[in-house]
Amino acid sequence: MFDFSKELDLEAQRRRAAFYFLAPMIIALFCVAAWPLLRTIYFSFTDTSLTNLYGGEWIGFDNYLQRRELSSGRVIWRGTLVDPAWWNAVWNTVRFSVISVFFETVFGLGIALVLNAEFRGRGWVRAAILIPWAIPTIVSAKMWAWMLNDQFGIINDILVRIGILERGIAWTASIDTAMTAVLIVDIWKTTPFMALLCLAGLQMIPRDIYEAAKIDGVHPLKVFWKITLPLVRPALMVAVIFRMLDALRIFDLIYVLTPNSKATKTMSVISRENLIDFDKFAYGSAQSTLLFAIIAIFVSLYIWLGKVNLSGEGNQ
Amino acid sequence: MTRTPWEWTKLIGFYALVVVIVVISIFPFYYAILTSFKSGTAIFEINYFPVDFSVQNYITVMTGRNFVRSVINSVYISGFTVLLALFLAVTASYALSRVRFRGRSLLLITILGVSMFPQIAVLAGLFELIRFLGIYNTPWAMVLSYTIFTLPFTVWVLTTFMRDLPIEIEEAAIIDGATPWNIITKVFMPLLWPALVTTGLLAFIGAWNEFLFALTFTISETQRTVPVAIALLSGASEQEIPWGPIMAASVIVTVPLVILVLIFQRKIVAGLTAGGVKG
Repeated sequence: MFDFSKELDLEAQRRRAAFYFLAPMIIALFCVAAWPLLRTIYFSFTDTSLTNLYGGEWIGFDNYLQRRELSSGRVIWRGTLVDPAWWNAVWNTVRFSVISVFFETVFGLGIALVLNAEFRGRGWVRAAILIPWAIPTIVSAKMWAWMLNDQFGIINDILVRIGILERGIAWTASIDTAMTAVLIVDIWKTTPFMALLCLAGLQMIPRDIYEAAKIDGVHPLKVFWKITLPLVRPALMVAVIFRMLDALRIFDLIYVLTPNSKATKTMSVISRENLIDFDKFAYGSAQSTLLFAIIAIFVSLYIWLGKVNLSGEGNQ
Repeated sequence: MTRTPWEWTKLIGFYALVVVIVVISIFPFYYAILTSFKSGTAIFEINYFPVDFSVQNYITVMTGRNFVRSVINSVYISGFTVLLALFLAVTASYALSRVRFRGRSLLLITILGVSMFPQIAVLAGLFELIRFLGIYNTPWAMVLSYTIFTLPFTVWVLTTFMRDLPIEIEEAAIIDGATPWNIITKVFMPLLWPALVTTGLLAFIGAWNEFLFALTFTISETQRTVPVAIALLSGASEQEIPWGPIMAASVIVTVPLVILVLIFQRKIVAGLTAGGVKG
């Protein structure tokens, strides 16, 4: 009844159709992602400038590292890899990413545990925590910049009233507190996302495991460490990597909240500054290429070491 | 029902925690609304509750400079970006989720990889491309560049949605001799509407909020999108930051988003976590 050769035919037809269905998307992604990335990497090996995009010449690794011997015999090194401003940006980015993702994970898991409990008004709480997520980053940067204002900011007012501070501090302008300000805003804005991912992970844990633990009289803290955490770990690993990648490329919040602060300038900020504002197009390209390389290495290590199954395939 | 003192403490502690979470989540937005309705110098007095109701800041924003123009730009750009991404993503995700072919996993991982790309890494290349195409300082520069994050995202989410649809409906259509194109348009599309709305909405929010590309690929004030307009909103002098109008502008662009998010709450949560927690 069922012709075998016809079935094969059908498979082949479906594969051909799949190719045509995929082609537009692949072409689009090639144009907006692969090609510009290759061009950026190419620019990083030239001396191209913003005003003359096609006038650049190949200069090898000079944007990264360049050895120059002066007539006096003294050797000087130049390039991004010996640029203190670049290493400062790397340090800022790493510091920001690790601290923000750590707190977001802890708070996110905490909120997820609260939302996983059954109580009246749970839907409203979930709606409330979605608000920081829904607010555009630029808008939240401005809102917090106003709340953290040194003279008229409500945060200083609250802290002075309850006696933590003696007088208000310039959160965003001062070198010592600029990073803290950025961290506060980022943690406020992104913890909801973390909480939702954790919650989805928590809800996949079968309830009867908890009931069994309750009957056996296991202490709640032990339940958390021995049951909840191991079971939610896969979801948590994926959430952490998503957040980490987002944090490593942060630009908008820092650009708006603490403009031109040495204490918060990240790799993305300094790259764009060189690319566009300072007309060091090739030098900025070299820095963004380095950022890309760092992220690529980080992702590979994370997937390899953490054995994270990102594609979700073979899991159904 | 009687509770022991210890149970009462736990219960009160729990609800106190809930209250803290809610207050911290909504306070900044509440405070922005409160500030936006203050007029003149009242803005420099710190109040915790509304004392004033003046729409002066709103009038300043709506009539001044090019704010309305920016809102129109943003709606236009985000809308067009979403339509483009959905159009390209529907067929692609059908192929990725329902047809077995070699290299499928690799392709999926690549798509995911693109969505995690640091956008700064393509900035120089995109700048060249946009200059080459002659679309610098036009909405098309944004439509083109936003595809880099909207397309992988929509493909990814739609693929996970489609993977969960039962195989039987498709088998029936195949036996009836339907072509793959017919299967997509006649069988899958009607089932996909909810997923399309969710992904479309999330992609729209992503495009609406984007800053780096919009800042780099526009030069004139009339071409700015909303985030750029708000970030660069300046007062009469350099030093004087117009906090009132900035807060009013912030409220104007955020209220529609917050309403949308609250309406589509459940769907958004499902969309955000799709793929994310499947591993």
